[in-house]
Formats: sequence, structure tokens, C-alpha cells
Amino acid sequence: MYDFFIFMQRAMPELIQGTRITIELTFAALLLGAVIGLPCALFRVYGGPWLRRMVIGYIALFRGTPLLIQLFVVYYGLPDVGLTLSRMVAAFVTLGLNSGAYQSEYFRGAIQAVGSGQMVAARAIGMNRFKAIRHIVLPQALRLVLPAWSNELIAMIKYTAVVFLIAVPDLMGRAKIISSRYFDPISTYLAVALIYIAMVGLASLVLRVIGQRMKIPGLEMDAAGD
Amino acid sequence: MNDRTILRIDKLHKSFGSTDVLRGVYLDVGLQEVIVIVGPSGTGKSTLLQCINLLTKPTGGSIWLEETEITAPRADVDRIRQRIGMVFQEFNLFNHLTALGNVTIGMTKVLGMKSNEAREKGMSELERVGLSEHAAKYPAQLSGGQKQRVGIARALGMDPHIMLFDEPTSALDPELTGEVLNVMRKLAVEGMTMLVVSHEMAFAREVADRVVFMENGVIVEEGPPDEFFATPRSERTREFLRIIGSSPGER
Repeated sequence: MYDFFIFMQRAMPELIQGTRITIELTFAALLLGAVIGLPCALFRVYGGPWLRRMVIGYIALFRGTPLLIQLFVVYYGLPDVGLTLSRMVAAFVTLGLNSGAYQSEYFRGAIQAVGSGQMVAARAIGMNRFKAIRHIVLPQALRLVLPAWSNELIAMIKYTAVVFLIAVPDLMGRAKIISSRYFDPISTYLAVALIYIAMVGLASLVLRVIGQRMKIPGLEMDAAGD
Repeated sequence: MNDRTILRIDKLHKSFGSTDVLRGVYLDVGLQEVIVIVGPSGTGKSTLLQCINLLTKPTGGSIWLEETEITAPRADVDRIRQRIGMVFQEFNLFNHLTALGNVTIGMTKVLGMKSNEAREKGMSELERVGLSEHAAKYPAQLSGGQKQRVGIARALGMDPHIMLFDEPTSALDPELTGEVLNVMRKLAVEGMTMLVVSHEMAFAREVADRVVFMENGVIVEEGPPDEFFATPRSERTREFLRIIGSSPGER
């Protein structure tokens, strides 16, 4: 136990730097995923047949292939067609595109769960489609999506770990270096696991509070973050 | 009856695929007139209302609201709908908004009213349906009858020229229909033009200026309630009234 503390003392500064990159990547990728996923969901539900087909194709591609392959294609494959991305950008783009595919499905489910009657009623008071989506459908869909979206955040914290394979110095990447430097993989990965657990725990807590805040009185919705 | 026609429905057709739901409906609605449409289910009554509000697109014929042909290809659908209030069988209240929010959102987001003006007008609409003390409640906290009254207030808030009611009490427990019908009765007295699809025969007898009997996508018979219930002309109407227990003899 004492050895572990000594080890932590030496390794902590680097692990914290790695953690910072993991957190940055998580949020950036989630944001990119939401920016892609929400419009895709709207296209899927309200769009014409071509838009819908394109979204379905995108989702099939990114949900149907391993994240690692996507990462390698973006980082090692795209330079062949003249698009060279830095490690961080490649990681961000890959995770974001991957998350976008999942998020669009979560958003789609939530939008459909709002029910067509809401749209009909909004149109009946003279709202155009855009206003109806913005003022009536989305405020409800975003509440409904929160539990699924919480899972996406928690999963993303851990998915980011694959980026160490293209040598991004995230938490996992640092762990690999530290473990071989000190010849102590057990302590290293134990420490890293604890840090991941702490991040996931904190994220769950924050999401639960947000879920509570957004709750509509009288309406049953799942608490977020589990 | 008033001599000014506010709504004119001419030879209206609607088919879904190969199913003809409306097969040539003709109906003129006068200003301040209250019309109750009755008939067996599946005969196109609700579809008729949805066509008037352009929530479904008619396949043939035309509808005029005042001086505008609303079925014209270039008609401004959103603007037209503002003038037509719609009350749904399933209420369709906006779940994330309070009773007041339900009434004011159209005023602020569609009519562009300022929020304090909308709030004031919204409160007076809620008062009109007897719900001002429930303004801050969310739909899930209201009873069915209260929800439907909010639905009516929401439609009234847009100052519609005509109100359409699509079986407004059919989803309610029997003891809750009274409060909704009372509000509708009051609106009729205030001079609102109303087109009501309903199975509430007592309401039709008492409030309607005209009762319309629809079957198989056409209007079979229409007339003032006294005549309609006492001396129905068509055999189908008599049959229908007997089945629902409103035969002439049972008054």
C-alpha cells in the first residue's frame, strides 16, 4: 500500500495531464457527436427519402464497424487521399463521427417518443414546422434523451482510451508509458482505473442533477446517469 | 341562422390510397352558427375537420374560409390555421409547458405578442374556461376535463374565426364531460362559430343550430335539432338514432 502511494506521487502529474486530454477529447467528441447527431435525427424523422437514406447509410457505417478501424482509417488512411490530420484531430473527428451515429439514434428515439400529436397541435395553432420542432418537439425530446445520452457520455469517457493506439497522450497513453518506465503495470493500471471510475462517477452525479432540474412536474421520466 | 357564410365546403373529396373517406361533402357554415356533426364512426367526420384545418390535404373539391380559398395550391397554410381553432379528442397539450404556457406559446411564437401581453391574455382565456387558478400546473397534473379546457383556451388564445372540435369529450370519463360541454355551451352563447364532431346528443339538441348526419363520406341529412331528432327524413338517420338511443319517441 505504501509503495502504491509513492508510485502515485511520482506518476500523478503525468496522469493528470493525461486525464485532462481524456476529458477534453470526451467533451469535444460528444459535442461534435451532438452537432452531427441531432440534425441527422431530425432528417431521419422529418426529412425526405434521400436525406433519410444518407443518414441511414452514415449510421450503418459507423455503428457497423469497430471504432479502432475507424480511427486507423482516419489517421493512417486519409493521408493517402491528401488529408493529413494530427493525432488529436484524428482522434476527435473519429470519436465525434462515431458518437454522432449513436446519438442520432438516441435523438431519433426521443423525438419519436414525443408523439405525433404534439406536432399536429403545434401546427394547428399556426406554427410552421421549424417553430413546432424548436418550441414544442425538441424541449420534450431533449428531456427524454437524457438517460440514453448519459450512457453515451459515460461510454465516451472510456471509448477515448482507444486513441492511445495512435499515440495520443491521453490517460491511457500515459499509463502505457508510465507502466513501462517504472516496470509496474499493476499499480499503473489500478491508478488509471480509479481515475476513470472517478470521472464516470462525477459525470453520473452531474447528469442526475441536470435530470432532476429538467423534470416536468407530474410527468414520469427516468433519472439520468445510471 | 346568420346570412353571412364564414366557411364553405364544396364537393370535398379525400381518399387514403384506394379508400375514399370523403366522397363529395357540401357544407356552408354561417357566422356564429353552431353545427354538430354526428354519425357512425369511420364515416369521415374527423377527416372532414382535419381537411378544414389542412392537417390532411383534401384530394378534391375546395374549402373557403371567408374570402380565402384555403385549398388553393399557394395558400398560406400557417396563416390560415391561426384563424381556425382546433380542439382534439386526445387534448394534445404541450407536456413541457404549464397550462398558461400552453395558451401563450402560440401568442408569443406565432403572433409575435410580447410575453407580458400574452400572459395577460392567456390568463383571461384560462378564466374563460374556468381554470385561472390552475395556470401554473402542468398537463400531467390536470384531470382530463381540465386538460381539454386548457386545449380550448389554447385555441381561443389565437382569436380564431371558427372553432373545430374533434370529439372533445370522447376520451373523458363520463363525470368529466359536463365541464367541457359547459365551456362549449358558453362559447356558443358568446357567438363563436363552431363545428363540433360529437356523440353527445343532448348537447347537439340543446346547443346546435344545425345537426349534420354523416355516413360513408357524405352528408346524408341535416337540419335544425328539433326537426333532426323528431322527424328524421332518411332511413339511415332513423336507424342511427335508434342505435344510439336517441329515437324520436324517447325524448
